[in-house]
Amino acid sequence: MQTASDEVLIGRIADGERLAMQVLFARHHVRVYRFVLRLVRNEAVAEDLVSDVFLDVWRQAGKFEGRSAASTWILSIARFKALSALRRKGEQELDEATAETIVDEADDPQATMEKKDKSEILRKTIASLSAEHREIIDLVYYHEKSVEEVAQIVGIPEATVKTRMFYARKRLGELLKAQGVDRGWP
Amino acid sequence: MTMNDNARERQELEELLPWHAAGTLSRGEAKRVVDALARDPELARHYDLVREEMIETIHVNEALRAPSARTMDELFRKIDAEPARRSMPRLNLAARFGEFMASLTPRTLAYASGAAVLALLLQAAVITGVVINERGGGYQTASAPATAPVEGSYAMIRFAPQASAGDITRFLESNKLSVVSGPAAGGLYRVRVAVTGIPKGELARVVKQLQQDKTIDFIAAVE
Repeated sequence: MQTASDEVLIGRIADGERLAMQVLFARHHVRVYRFVLRLVRNEAVAEDLVSDVFLDVWRQAGKFEGRSAASTWILSIARFKALSALRRKGEQELDEATAETIVDEADDPQATMEKKDKSEILRKTIASLSAEHREIIDLVYYHEKSVEEVAQIVGIPEATVKTRMFYARKRLGELLKAQGVDRGWP
Repeated sequence: MTMNDNARERQELEELLPWHAAGTLSRGEAKRVVDALARDPELARHYDLVREEMIETIHVNEALRAPSARTMDELFRKIDAEPARRSMPRLNLAARFGEFMASLTPRTLAYASGAAVLALLLQAAVITGVVINERGGGYQTASAPATAPVEGSYAMIRFAPQASAGDITRFLESNKLSVVSGPAAGGLYRVRVAVTGIPKGELARVVKQLQQDKTIDFIAAVE
Protein backbone atom coordinates (compact mmCIF):
# COMPACT_ATOMS: atom_id res chain seq x y z
CA MET A 1 0.00 0.00 0.00
CA GLN A 2 1.30 3.44 -0.87
CA THR A 3 0.95 6.36 1.54
CA ALA A 4 1.05 9.92 0.30
CA SER A 5 4.15 11.84 1.31
CA ASP A 6 3.79 14.92 3.49
CA GLU A 7 4.66 17.06 0.47
CA VAL A 8 1.86 15.51 -1.58
CA LEU A 9 -0.57 16.02 1.30
CA ILE A 10 0.42 19.68 1.59
CA GLY A 11 -0.20 20.07 -2.15
CA ARG A 12 -3.70 18.69 -1.67
CA ILE A 13 -4.25 20.92 1.33
CA ALA A 14 -3.31 23.87 -0.88
CA ASP A 15 -6.18 22.77 -3.12
CA GLY A 16 -8.50 22.85 -0.12
CA GLU A 17 -8.75 19.10 0.56
CA ARG A 18 -9.89 18.55 4.15
CA LEU A 19 -9.09 14.85 4.15
CA ALA A 20 -5.43 15.58 3.39
CA MET A 21 -5.47 18.02 6.31
CA GLN A 22 -6.81 15.32 8.61
CA VAL A 23 -4.10 12.88 7.52
CA LEU A 24 -1.31 15.42 7.98
CA PHE A 25 -2.72 16.40 11.37
CA ALA A 26 -2.91 12.76 12.47
CA ARG A 27 0.71 12.26 11.46
CA HIS A 28 2.23 15.23 13.22
CA HIS A 29 -0.03 16.65 15.91
CA VAL A 30 1.31 14.63 18.84
CA ARG A 31 4.93 15.64 18.23
CA VAL A 32 3.95 19.24 17.59
CA TYR A 33 1.93 19.24 20.81
CA ARG A 34 4.83 17.83 22.83
CA PHE A 35 7.23 20.33 21.28
CA VAL A 36 5.10 23.33 22.20
CA LEU A 37 4.10 21.88 25.57
CA ARG A 38 7.77 21.63 26.53
CA LEU A 39 8.11 25.32 25.62
CA VAL A 40 4.94 26.79 27.13
CA ARG A 41 4.44 24.22 29.93
CA ASN A 42 0.68 24.55 29.91
CA GLU A 43 -1.49 21.83 28.39
CA ALA A 44 -4.48 24.03 27.51
CA VAL A 45 -2.25 26.66 25.91
CA ALA A 46 -0.35 23.93 24.05
CA GLU A 47 -3.58 22.46 22.65
CA ASP A 48 -4.74 25.88 21.44
CA LEU A 49 -1.37 26.39 19.83
CA VAL A 50 -1.52 23.07 17.99
CA SER A 51 -4.80 23.99 16.33
CA ASP A 52 -3.35 27.43 15.49
CA VAL A 53 -0.24 25.81 13.99
CA PHE A 54 -2.26 23.53 11.72
CA LEU A 55 -4.57 26.38 10.78
CA ASP A 56 -1.45 28.17 9.54
CA VAL A 57 -0.48 25.03 7.62
CA TRP A 58 -3.95 25.12 6.00
CA ARG A 59 -3.54 28.78 5.10
CA GLN A 60 0.09 28.66 3.99
CA ALA A 61 0.12 25.29 2.20
CA GLY A 62 0.20 26.95 -1.21
CA LYS A 63 3.45 28.68 -0.29
CA PHE A 64 5.24 25.54 0.88
CA GLU A 65 7.99 24.86 -1.63
CA GLY A 66 9.32 21.62 -0.22
CA ARG A 67 12.81 22.98 0.39
CA SER A 68 12.73 21.48 3.86
CA ALA A 69 10.93 18.49 5.31
CA ALA A 70 7.29 19.18 6.10
CA SER A 71 7.91 18.34 9.78
CA THR A 72 10.67 20.96 9.89
CA TRP A 73 8.35 23.55 8.37
CA ILE A 74 5.56 22.68 10.82
CA LEU A 75 7.91 22.81 13.83
CA SER A 76 9.14 26.23 12.66
CA ILE A 77 5.55 27.48 12.70
CA ALA A 78 4.99 25.82 16.09
CA ARG A 79 8.05 27.45 17.61
CA PHE A 80 7.02 30.88 16.37
CA LYS A 81 3.52 30.42 17.77
CA ALA A 82 4.80 29.17 21.13
CA LEU A 83 7.23 32.06 21.57
CA SER A 84 4.56 34.56 20.54
CA ALA A 85 2.15 33.05 23.09
CA LEU A 86 4.78 33.28 25.82
CA ARG A 87 5.46 36.91 24.99
CA ARG A 88 1.77 37.75 24.71
CA LYS A 89 0.82 36.29 28.04
CA GLY A 90 3.92 37.59 29.72
CA GLU A 91 4.49 34.18 31.17
CA GLN A 92 7.78 33.80 32.88
CA GLU A 93 9.70 30.78 31.79
CA LEU A 94 10.92 28.40 34.39
CA ASP A 95 14.52 29.42 34.10
CA GLU A 96 17.57 27.65 35.36
CA ALA A 97 17.54 29.53 38.64
CA THR A 98 14.10 28.09 39.32
CA ALA A 99 15.23 24.68 38.22
CA GLU A 100 18.16 24.84 40.60
CA THR A 101 15.81 25.86 43.39
CA ILE A 102 13.85 22.69 42.78
CA VAL A 103 17.06 20.73 42.87
CA ASP A 104 18.10 22.41 46.11
CA GLU A 105 14.82 21.39 47.70
CA ALA A 106 15.87 17.79 47.37
CA ASP A 107 17.72 15.88 50.00
CA ASP A 108 21.48 15.86 50.10
CA PRO A 109 23.08 14.14 47.09
CA GLN A 110 23.59 10.83 48.87
CA ALA A 111 19.97 10.71 50.00
CA THR A 112 18.81 11.66 46.53
CA MET A 113 20.77 8.79 45.06
CA GLU A 114 19.23 6.43 47.54
CA LYS A 115 15.71 7.48 46.66
CA LYS A 116 15.88 7.81 42.94
CA ASP A 117 17.82 6.08 40.31
CA LYS A 118 20.08 7.88 37.93
CA SER A 119 17.62 7.74 35.02
CA GLU A 120 14.94 9.48 37.00
CA ILE A 121 17.32 12.25 38.05
CA LEU A 122 18.48 12.62 34.46
CA ARG A 123 14.88 12.93 33.22
CA LYS A 124 14.01 15.47 35.87
CA THR A 125 17.11 17.48 35.07
CA ILE A 126 16.42 17.41 31.32
CA ALA A 127 12.91 18.66 32.02
CA SER A 128 14.26 21.49 34.17
CA LEU A 129 16.75 22.91 31.66
CA SER A 130 16.25 26.46 30.36
CA ALA A 131 13.79 26.82 27.47
CA GLU A 132 16.64 27.42 25.03
CA HIS A 133 18.48 24.27 26.10
CA ARG A 134 15.32 22.14 26.36
CA GLU A 135 14.34 23.17 22.90
CA ILE A 136 17.58 22.17 21.22
CA ILE A 137 17.90 18.91 23.14
CA ASP A 138 14.33 17.96 22.16
CA LEU A 139 14.86 18.88 18.51
CA VAL A 140 18.04 16.81 18.23
CA TYR A 141 17.24 13.80 20.41
CA TYR A 142 13.45 13.47 20.16
CA HIS A 143 12.49 15.13 16.88
CA GLU A 144 15.64 13.78 15.17
CA LYS A 145 16.44 17.00 13.38
CA SER A 146 19.78 17.47 11.63
CA VAL A 147 22.04 20.44 12.30
CA GLU A 148 20.68 22.15 9.18
CA GLU A 149 17.05 21.52 10.15
CA VAL A 150 17.54 22.79 13.71
CA ALA A 151 19.14 25.91 12.21
CA GLN A 152 16.02 26.42 10.07
CA ILE A 153 13.58 25.88 12.92
CA VAL A 154 15.39 28.01 15.50
CA GLY A 155 16.65 30.58 12.99
CA ILE A 156 20.31 30.49 13.96
CA PRO A 157 23.49 29.57 12.03
CA GLU A 158 24.50 25.91 11.91
CA ALA A 159 27.70 26.60 13.89
CA THR A 160 25.59 28.14 16.65
CA VAL A 161 23.33 25.07 16.65
CA LYS A 162 26.34 22.86 17.41
CA THR A 163 27.73 25.06 20.15
CA ARG A 164 24.28 25.59 21.70
CA MET A 165 23.75 21.84 21.87
CA PHE A 166 27.22 21.41 23.34
CA TYR A 167 26.53 23.98 26.07
CA ALA A 168 23.08 22.52 26.75
CA ARG A 169 24.72 19.15 27.38
CA LYS A 170 27.43 20.76 29.45
CA ARG A 171 24.81 22.54 31.57
CA LEU A 172 22.96 19.26 31.98
CA GLY A 173 26.16 17.67 33.29
CA GLU A 174 26.70 20.51 35.76
CA LEU A 175 23.13 20.28 37.07
CA LEU A 176 23.49 16.52 37.45
CA LYS A 177 26.75 16.96 39.34
CA ALA A 178 24.97 19.38 41.68
CA GLN A 179 22.60 16.53 42.48
CA GLY A 180 25.36 14.06 43.14
CA VAL A 181 25.44 12.42 39.73
CA ASP A 182 28.99 12.91 38.52
CA ARG A 183 29.30 11.52 35.01
CA GLY A 184 32.91 12.66 34.67
CA TRP A 185 31.95 15.29 32.11
CA PRO A 186 32.20 18.24 32.01
CA MET B 1 48.74 18.53 12.76
CA THR B 2 49.39 21.04 15.57
CA MET B 3 47.99 20.76 19.09
CA ASN B 4 45.51 23.53 18.26
CA ASP B 5 44.33 21.61 15.22
CA ASN B 6 43.95 18.48 17.31
CA ALA B 7 41.97 20.35 19.95
CA ARG B 8 39.71 21.89 17.30
CA GLU B 9 39.18 18.53 15.63
CA ARG B 10 38.36 16.94 18.98
CA GLN B 11 35.88 19.74 19.81
CA GLU B 12 34.18 19.36 16.43
CA LEU B 13 33.80 15.62 16.94
CA GLU B 14 32.47 16.12 20.46
CA GLU B 15 29.85 18.53 19.07
CA LEU B 16 28.74 16.02 16.43
CA LEU B 17 28.10 13.18 18.91
CA PRO B 18 24.40 14.01 19.57
CA TRP B 19 23.59 13.96 15.85
CA HIS B 20 25.57 10.76 15.44
CA ALA B 21 23.45 9.17 18.18
CA ALA B 22 20.28 10.38 16.46
CA GLY B 23 21.49 9.12 13.08
CA THR B 24 21.12 12.50 11.39
CA LEU B 25 24.69 13.09 10.23
CA SER B 26 25.72 12.87 6.60
CA ARG B 27 27.48 9.66 5.62
CA GLY B 28 30.86 11.43 5.53
CA GLU B 29 30.45 13.00 8.95
CA ALA B 30 29.17 9.76 10.44
CA LYS B 31 32.25 7.93 9.17
CA ARG B 32 34.47 10.61 10.64
CA VAL B 33 32.81 10.14 14.04
CA VAL B 34 32.93 6.34 13.83
CA ASP B 35 36.66 6.42 13.06
CA ALA B 36 37.30 8.83 15.94
CA LEU B 37 35.26 6.70 18.37
CA ALA B 38 37.35 3.67 17.45
CA ARG B 39 40.64 5.37 18.28
CA ASP B 40 39.61 7.65 21.18
CA PRO B 41 38.27 5.82 24.29
CA GLU B 42 37.46 9.09 26.07
CA LEU B 43 35.33 10.25 23.14
CA ALA B 44 33.64 6.83 23.15
CA ARG B 45 32.84 7.28 26.84
CA HIS B 46 31.30 10.68 26.08
CA TYR B 47 29.28 9.04 23.33
CA ASP B 48 27.82 6.66 25.92
CA LEU B 49 26.72 9.73 27.93
CA VAL B 50 25.10 11.19 24.82
CA ARG B 51 23.16 7.99 24.21
CA GLU B 52 22.04 7.98 27.83
CA GLU B 53 20.79 11.58 27.44
CA MET B 54 19.01 10.70 24.23
CA ILE B 55 17.18 7.74 25.78
CA GLU B 56 15.99 9.83 28.71
CA THR B 57 14.98 12.77 26.49
CA ILE B 58 12.82 10.42 24.43
CA HIS B 59 11.36 9.08 27.66
CA VAL B 60 10.59 12.59 28.93
CA ASN B 61 8.76 13.44 25.71
CA GLU B 62 6.95 10.14 25.35
CA ALA B 63 5.72 10.46 28.93
CA LEU B 64 3.78 13.57 27.90
CA ARG B 65 0.19 12.80 27.06
CA ALA B 66 -1.25 13.32 23.59
CA PRO B 67 -3.51 16.32 22.99
CA SER B 68 -7.25 15.80 23.42
CA ALA B 69 -9.73 15.40 20.57
CA ARG B 70 -10.74 19.00 21.25
CA THR B 71 -7.59 20.10 19.36
CA MET B 72 -8.74 18.58 16.07
CA ASP B 73 -12.33 19.73 16.56
CA GLU B 74 -11.09 23.24 17.19
CA LEU B 75 -8.87 23.16 14.11
CA PHE B 76 -11.67 22.12 11.77
CA ARG B 77 -14.06 24.59 13.34
CA LYS B 78 -11.52 27.30 12.46
CA ILE B 79 -11.01 25.88 8.97
CA ASP B 80 -14.78 25.88 8.39
CA ALA B 81 -14.87 29.52 9.41
CA GLU B 82 -12.21 30.37 6.80
CA PRO B 83 -13.38 32.06 3.60
CA ALA B 84 -13.96 29.61 0.74
CA ARG B 85 -10.67 28.90 -0.95
CA ARG B 86 -10.20 29.41 -4.63
CA SER B 87 -7.85 26.80 -6.02
CA MET B 88 -4.46 28.47 -6.24
CA PRO B 89 -1.68 27.36 -8.58
CA ARG B 90 0.78 25.34 -6.57
CA LEU B 91 4.37 26.45 -6.45
CA ASN B 92 5.72 23.04 -5.63
CA LEU B 93 6.22 21.45 -9.01
CA ALA B 94 8.41 18.76 -7.51
CA ALA B 95 5.58 17.60 -5.25
CA ARG B 96 3.13 17.61 -8.18
CA PHE B 97 5.54 15.54 -10.24
CA GLY B 98 6.07 13.20 -7.28
CA GLU B 99 2.32 12.81 -6.87
CA PHE B 100 1.92 12.01 -10.56
CA MET B 101 4.76 9.47 -10.49
CA ALA B 102 3.42 7.87 -7.32
CA SER B 103 0.09 7.31 -9.06
CA LEU B 104 1.70 5.19 -11.78
CA THR B 105 2.15 1.44 -11.47
CA PRO B 106 5.71 0.04 -11.88
CA ARG B 107 4.69 -1.42 -15.25
CA THR B 108 3.33 1.92 -16.48
CA LEU B 109 6.50 3.58 -15.27
CA ALA B 110 8.59 1.09 -17.21
CA TYR B 111 6.62 1.78 -20.39
CA ALA B 112 6.83 5.50 -19.77
CA SER B 113 10.60 5.38 -19.32
CA GLY B 114 10.92 3.33 -22.52
CA ALA B 115 8.77 5.89 -24.30
CA ALA B 116 10.91 8.72 -22.94
CA VAL B 117 14.09 7.05 -24.16
CA LEU B 118 12.63 6.52 -27.62
CA ALA B 119 11.34 10.08 -27.73
CA LEU B 120 14.90 11.22 -27.02
CA LEU B 121 16.29 8.94 -29.73
CA LEU B 122 13.70 10.25 -32.21
CA GLN B 123 14.43 13.81 -31.25
CA ALA B 124 18.15 13.21 -31.77
CA ALA B 125 17.43 11.65 -35.14
CA VAL B 126 15.25 14.59 -36.20
CA ILE B 127 17.83 17.14 -35.06
CA THR B 128 20.59 15.27 -36.87
CA GLY B 129 18.46 15.16 -39.99
CA VAL B 130 17.71 18.86 -39.81
CA VAL B 131 21.38 19.71 -39.34
CA ILE B 132 22.42 17.53 -42.27
CA ASN B 133 19.72 19.07 -44.48
CA GLU B 134 20.62 22.61 -43.44
CA ARG B 135 24.27 22.01 -44.18
CA GLY B 136 23.40 20.89 -47.69
CA GLY B 137 23.91 17.17 -47.74
CA GLY B 138 24.23 17.10 -51.54
CA TYR B 139 23.17 18.44 -54.87
CA GLN B 140 19.45 18.60 -55.66
CA THR B 141 17.78 19.61 -58.85
CA ALA B 142 15.02 22.16 -58.58
CA SER B 143 12.57 19.63 -59.95
CA ALA B 144 13.49 16.80 -57.58
CA PRO B 145 10.83 15.92 -54.93
CA ALA B 146 11.62 17.22 -51.46
CA THR B 147 11.26 13.79 -49.90
CA ALA B 148 11.55 10.37 -51.33
CA PRO B 149 8.40 8.26 -51.17
CA VAL B 150 8.21 6.20 -47.98
CA GLU B 151 9.18 2.66 -48.84
CA GLY B 152 10.22 -0.35 -46.82
CA SER B 153 8.85 -2.99 -44.54
CA TYR B 154 7.46 -2.18 -41.12
CA ALA B 155 6.49 -3.74 -37.81
CA MET B 156 4.77 -2.54 -34.64
CA ILE B 157 6.83 -3.11 -31.51
CA ARG B 158 6.23 -2.80 -27.80
CA PHE B 159 9.37 -2.98 -25.68
CA ALA B 160 9.57 -5.12 -22.57
CA PRO B 161 8.96 -3.08 -19.36
CA GLN B 162 12.28 -4.17 -17.90
CA ALA B 163 14.27 -3.16 -21.02
CA SER B 164 16.71 -0.36 -20.28
CA ALA B 165 17.62 2.48 -22.61
CA GLY B 166 20.87 0.66 -23.39
CA ASP B 167 19.00 -2.57 -24.23
CA ILE B 168 16.67 -0.73 -26.62
CA THR B 169 19.52 1.13 -28.34
CA ARG B 170 21.52 -2.09 -28.77
CA PHE B 171 18.46 -3.92 -30.10
CA LEU B 172 17.71 -1.22 -32.68
CA GLU B 173 21.33 -0.93 -33.80
CA SER B 174 22.13 -4.62 -34.00
CA ASN B 175 19.00 -5.31 -36.07
CA LYS B 176 19.38 -2.16 -38.18
CA LEU B 177 15.91 -0.97 -37.17
CA SER B 178 14.73 2.60 -37.05
CA VAL B 179 11.77 3.98 -35.16
CA VAL B 180 9.40 5.77 -37.50
CA SER B 181 6.63 6.83 -35.13
CA GLY B 182 5.14 6.25 -31.69
CA PRO B 183 4.45 5.62 -29.01
CA ALA B 184 0.87 4.91 -29.98
CA ALA B 185 -1.81 3.47 -27.70
CA GLY B 186 -0.48 0.51 -25.75
CA GLY B 187 3.11 1.78 -25.96
CA LEU B 188 3.49 0.61 -29.58
CA TYR B 189 6.16 1.98 -31.92
CA ARG B 190 6.28 1.68 -35.71
CA VAL B 191 9.75 0.57 -36.77
CA ARG B 192 11.22 0.12 -40.21
CA VAL B 193 12.53 -3.43 -40.56
CA ALA B 194 13.91 -3.06 -44.10
CA VAL B 195 14.48 -0.06 -46.34
CA THR B 196 12.80 -1.86 -49.25
CA GLY B 197 9.63 -3.84 -49.39
CA ILE B 198 10.30 -7.52 -48.73
CA PRO B 199 7.98 -10.47 -49.36
CA LYS B 200 5.44 -11.19 -46.64
CA GLY B 201 6.97 -14.57 -45.87
CA GLU B 202 10.40 -13.04 -45.43
CA LEU B 203 9.00 -10.25 -43.23
CA ALA B 204 7.22 -12.82 -41.06
CA ARG B 205 10.49 -14.72 -40.63
CA VAL B 206 12.35 -11.55 -39.60
CA VAL B 207 9.60 -10.58 -37.16
CA LYS B 208 9.62 -14.08 -35.63
CA GLN B 209 13.38 -13.82 -35.16
CA LEU B 210 13.10 -10.39 -33.53
CA GLN B 211 10.40 -11.76 -31.22
CA GLN B 212 13.07 -13.95 -29.57
CA ASP B 213 14.89 -10.89 -28.20
CA LYS B 214 14.18 -10.27 -24.51
CA THR B 215 13.94 -6.54 -25.25
CA ILE B 216 10.66 -7.19 -27.09
CA ASP B 217 7.31 -7.60 -25.40
CA PHE B 218 5.24 -7.62 -28.59
CA ILE B 219 5.98 -7.40 -32.32
CA ALA B 220 3.81 -7.79 -35.44
CA ALA B 221 4.41 -7.09 -39.12
CA VAL B 222 2.32 -4.26 -40.60
CA GLU B 223 1.57 -3.02 -44.10
